[in-house]
Amino acid sequence: MTAAALASRAPSPGVSSRASDILFRHRWLLLALLLAPPLLWIGIVYVGSLLALLLNSFYGLDEFSGLVKYEFTLSTYAQLFQRANFDIIVRSILMAAAVTIASAIIAFPIAYYAARYARGKWKAFFYLAVMMPLWSSYLVKVYAWKLILAKEGIVTWLAEITKTSWLLNSVLGLPVIGGPSLSISYIGMFLVFVYVWLPYMILPTQAALERVPGSLIEASADLGANPAQAFRTVILPLALPGLIAGSIFTFSLTMGDYIIPQIVGTSRYFIGQAVYAQQGTAGNIPLAAAFTVVPIVIMGIYLWVAKRMGAFDAL
Amino acid sequence: MTTAVRFQNVSRHFGTIRAVDDVTLDVAEGEFFAMLGPSGSGKTTCLRLIAGFEQPDKGHIEIFGETAEGVPPYRRSVNTVFQDYALFPHMTVGENVAYGLMIRGLPKASREERAREALAMVKLSGFEDRRPSQLSGGQRQRVALARALVNEPKVLLLDEPLGALDLKLREQMQEELKSLQKEVGITFVFVTHDQGEALAMSDRLAIFNEGRIVQVGRPSEVYEQPNSRFVASFVGSSNVLPPDFAYEHGGSLNWTSLRPEKITILKNGQSTPPDQVSVTGKVAAVHYQGSQTRVTLNIGELRMTAHAPSAMGTFVEGQSVTFHWPREALHAMEPKQ
Repeated sequence: MTAAALASRAPSPGVSSRASDILFRHRWLLLALLLAPPLLWIGIVYVGSLLALLLNSFYGLDEFSGLVKYEFTLSTYAQLFQRANFDIIVRSILMAAAVTIASAIIAFPIAYYAARYARGKWKAFFYLAVMMPLWSSYLVKVYAWKLILAKEGIVTWLAEITKTSWLLNSVLGLPVIGGPSLSISYIGMFLVFVYVWLPYMILPTQAALERVPGSLIEASADLGANPAQAFRTVILPLALPGLIAGSIFTFSLTMGDYIIPQIVGTSRYFIGQAVYAQQGTAGNIPLAAAFTVVPIVIMGIYLWVAKRMGAFDAL
Repeated sequence: MTTAVRFQNVSRHFGTIRAVDDVTLDVAEGEFFAMLGPSGSGKTTCLRLIAGFEQPDKGHIEIFGETAEGVPPYRRSVNTVFQDYALFPHMTVGENVAYGLMIRGLPKASREERAREALAMVKLSGFEDRRPSQLSGGQRQRVALARALVNEPKVLLLDEPLGALDLKLREQMQEELKSLQKEVGITFVFVTHDQGEALAMSDRLAIFNEGRIVQVGRPSEVYEQPNSRFVASFVGSSNVLPPDFAYEHGGSLNWTSLRPEKITILKNGQSTPPDQVSVTGKVAAVHYQGSQTRVTLNIGELRMTAHAPSAMGTFVEGQSVTFHWPREALHAMEPKQ
């Protein structure tokens, strides 16, 4: 009866508009509703599992049974410094650093062109060209590269018809980074890594350069800076946050990858493969966890140093 | 006197847009020169041609007798105060001001010293260690000024430098800029769309319209003797009288300018002085502006505005009012086509 009486006085507000009214009066409620799912996700699934990982790295393996012993120990971390494990870490860091530097050098001119000069359909073309490799399957790309780099592959064939086999062979003859063919060498692995992670360097760099007003570059020229000086004193420092964001991607993605080293490369392990092997076949979860902590620590130190050097001053 | 900047038949076209079209111009050394015009009239492009950010398609530019075409901006002894100030966000105020000196390779101690002096000149002593983001608009403007002046340029270019400031600050900065220019004695070329600013600050000004210079002269010349309908209505407000009307009311058969402040409103019961011309119409609009009141009359098709002292009393729309003016107040501009 009362409900009907109320409804007759005013047009009955729908459920959704009544909900809107409640949200209007209690603004925190909307915020809480919007933030709860991501916070739960980040809090429990993400940070939680990260903490579990960290916790695991402080356990050890019982030497007799081979089962995880749930007692605090630093012995697992000590194992990281054993010759075989430490080599894996150094190898991964060197590869990740090389990939990051090469990506930055290749990405910068592309990003600079896209941010400063490309307009309209050229800009659309740029985004397509950069993003398109990300659309196809990662595995397909890696196997495609395996074929390109293989002994019977396109690179060898191209070297033959251009009569530059000597060059290819001398590159492959280089100690350590060479090998029987590009597809079984660090050089090949490096090329594939750079190809696969390059978009992750281009996009943040381009975004950073996009935010640099053209008048700043004109101002530096106006104040007497030639293009090289303008680049060093204005453009690079302002693009640095983007380059660092990109380098976080390329560095940590390379550090964590276990597929490319397996398909293209030598039989020597990288961190990703070590983690994969330790937590799988070896059943050594603590050592796998300790390996995983390495990139996290390195990224932490890297960001701290970058901040100390003023890389984020432009933000 | 030496010519600081010389334009000889300079054109700069962007596709079909004639941003600067056959401009010839001389700016004397030590002059405060304003380029005035509506947006898109080519004044900023002219400034960028002097700075070197643009190169002319045709014509010849000289800066202190030296050919400027093909000379990159970083080889010109010209500095710019940008419209958005263009302060480097990753540097402190002190580093911003010392930037030009750093590029020239001055030792750290002496460039810091000179940056301090330059900041003192624009009344920002002690701001060296702040970031541009911590400054107000007016302060940023001063930093931009100090950053340009510290290099002791031969010509200082200012691109709408006061455009982003509020009215009070703008008036204050107008005076400061003017006295600063006297103090340093550098040639200033100043771009603005604000005619009041151009009249108040410049020694001479050029009026731009559609890529061309319409008139050049001292502020009083341009204001008193506009050479075209465009100048008359763009610089200050003016009654632009059609040739026939002007001829019938004390003038010649030309488009004629009559400034509102030259018109007197006839008081009740008085008659027009014998040597003056008058016209009567109905009040169409009244704008009270404090010390004066703008009264607009409908005279047939024509609208005329006069500035009356507000003390004269109030006017009502539709009221019949007589304007009168001396013949010499009429300034003939363009002939009847």
